[in-house]
Amino acid sequence: MTDVAVETRHLTRRFGSIVAVRDLNLTIAKGEVFGLLGPNGSGKTTTIRMLCGLLAPSEGTAIVAGVDVREAPDRIKELIGYMSQRFGLYEDLTVAENMDFYAGIYGLEGPGKRGRIADVVSFLGLDRRLNQLAGTLSGGWKQRLGLACAMMHQPQVLFLDEPTAGVDPAARRSFWKTIQMLAEQGTTIIVTTHYMDEAERCTRVALLSQGHLIALGHPSEVATQVGEGAKTLEDAFVILQERDE
Amino acid sequence: MRRFMPMFRKEFIQMRRDRLTLGIMVGIPVLQLMLFGYAIQTDVRHIPTIVLDESRTPASRDAIAAFQNTGNFRIVAHVNGRDELDAWIARGDAQAGIAIPHDYPRDLARGTTAQIQVIVDASDPLSSQAALAAAAGVAQVRNLAILSAAARRPELPLETRVRPRYNPGLRSPNYIVPGLVGVILTMTMILVTAMAIVRERERGTLEQLIVTPVTKTEMMLGKITPYVGVGLVQMTTVLLLGRFVFDVPLTGNVLLLYGIALVFIVASLALGLFVSTLVQTQQQAMQASFFFVLPNILLSGFMFPRQAMPAVFQWIGALLPLTHFLKVLRGILLKGVGVRELWNEMAILLAFAVVLIALSVRRFRKTLD
Repeated sequence: MTDVAVETRHLTRRFGSIVAVRDLNLTIAKGEVFGLLGPNGSGKTTTIRMLCGLLAPSEGTAIVAGVDVREAPDRIKELIGYMSQRFGLYEDLTVAENMDFYAGIYGLEGPGKRGRIADVVSFLGLDRRLNQLAGTLSGGWKQRLGLACAMMHQPQVLFLDEPTAGVDPAARRSFWKTIQMLAEQGTTIIVTTHYMDEAERCTRVALLSQGHLIALGHPSEVATQVGEGAKTLEDAFVILQERDE
Repeated sequence: MRRFMPMFRKEFIQMRRDRLTLGIMVGIPVLQLMLFGYAIQTDVRHIPTIVLDESRTPASRDAIAAFQNTGNFRIVAHVNGRDELDAWIARGDAQAGIAIPHDYPRDLARGTTAQIQVIVDASDPLSSQAALAAAAGVAQVRNLAILSAAARRPELPLETRVRPRYNPGLRSPNYIVPGLVGVILTMTMILVTAMAIVRERERGTLEQLIVTPVTKTEMMLGKITPYVGVGLVQMTTVLLLGRFVFDVPLTGNVLLLYGIALVFIVASLALGLFVSTLVQTQQQAMQASFFFVLPNILLSGFMFPRQAMPAVFQWIGALLPLTHFLKVLRGILLKGVGVRELWNEMAILLAFAVVLIALSVRRFRKTLD
């Protein structure tokens, strides 16, 4: 096993004449918290969809957790976790039932399933909410439950698509602590976000604009790569957004 | 298929918790059965009738009594003039009017043709037909009595003996209730499936499922299977209520009926799956389902005889699974017939199920990509 979690080479995706992602080369190491940043329409979502095996690349390759997305998109789904900003929860099921469902969907059964659910519950502190309907949880708790469901099968790579939209600051902070713990245990995290303070918590970020990779590196160093006098990540982001409009 | 069970279990819990769906599934059969069984009667009786008796003689009162005795006419009032009679019918307070002229007793006594006028509000063809038939019957009975007395011949020269088989009492519940099984299954199977799938799309859980290793087949089967059970429960409810509340016979092989119903349920579920691929929201799903259900009620022969429809509509009706399932329902429940008489319908239903599943599954897979 290498310590590369995700590797893309010349990854490109076209929709008709529009190029959503162009010639993307990324190497993400195991245990990284990698931020994908960019204005709407910059190619973040298309990139994530390709890395999850939902969308076939038009050109180039992507290896995720050692599997080529072109060759075995279904195998990839067993190795990755995905949490969207809507958390993918069944609001009319309880916390326990949601976890039980997703554990089952990921192929866990019997004592193995019960053990894993118990681990996740104590890791995320969900003990006292088990019998509450997911629909009655606050944003922060929904987010935790969403994460619980997405990590049931101990994925090697965890995709978080704007995970903290609509969540209060305290919950966001504790969520990021959890994420960092997961990364330290060896899970690779790929996250998209609009919050600059979150981007600054990443080990590295990639700035995308109109399908191109504009800048790549530690959050403190990418701003200067954008040019036009950008000093902070936020400056860089605003410049990109204005350039796109 | 090991991911089928979690999917099935989840769907079952959701179904149990969703008041609206549960209401639709349990409420619709009971409500419809009561409506169709009690309220809707196709045999029209007791038509409100207005009488204008200008002769006021025993002979005319006799004639009015004869009309009343048919049971088709219920006399609501007597009036004194033709204008008044017309006004009652125009207002809708009466649907039929009986007018007996001055010279009725005189003509009767003389042996010339005595006339009674019956005016019918034919804006409602169903009840006016019943009135017309009853009115003609009244005259015929009296004619026969008078003529056979004159001919001194008490026995009639000719008689047709009609034997109404399978539903000798000509009761509408016997016709309506078996049909209702099919209509209710069509309605709920299409609606509930479409809603269940669209709900996942609306709430973003479909997006989540797609990134899990669950296959599309496991997902679809897991979602749909609980509703097969619902369909069977609905059918049993209607059959039992029909049997014990409306006295509808269960003549034939009920097991065979359940077997064929299973095929029909699967075909309807596939149609619901198809509807779910056409719409984005639960509200649209509801509207689209009704769009599919209406022709089923009107053209399948559930309420209106297909023989009376123009050929085009008979063809359209033949394209509805319900049309063929109705023949099975009435055949087994009322006539007590079996596989030998019904193999044609069974083959058609099976073909429907296969084609609909193939179509819907293909479309469903596409909308997920």
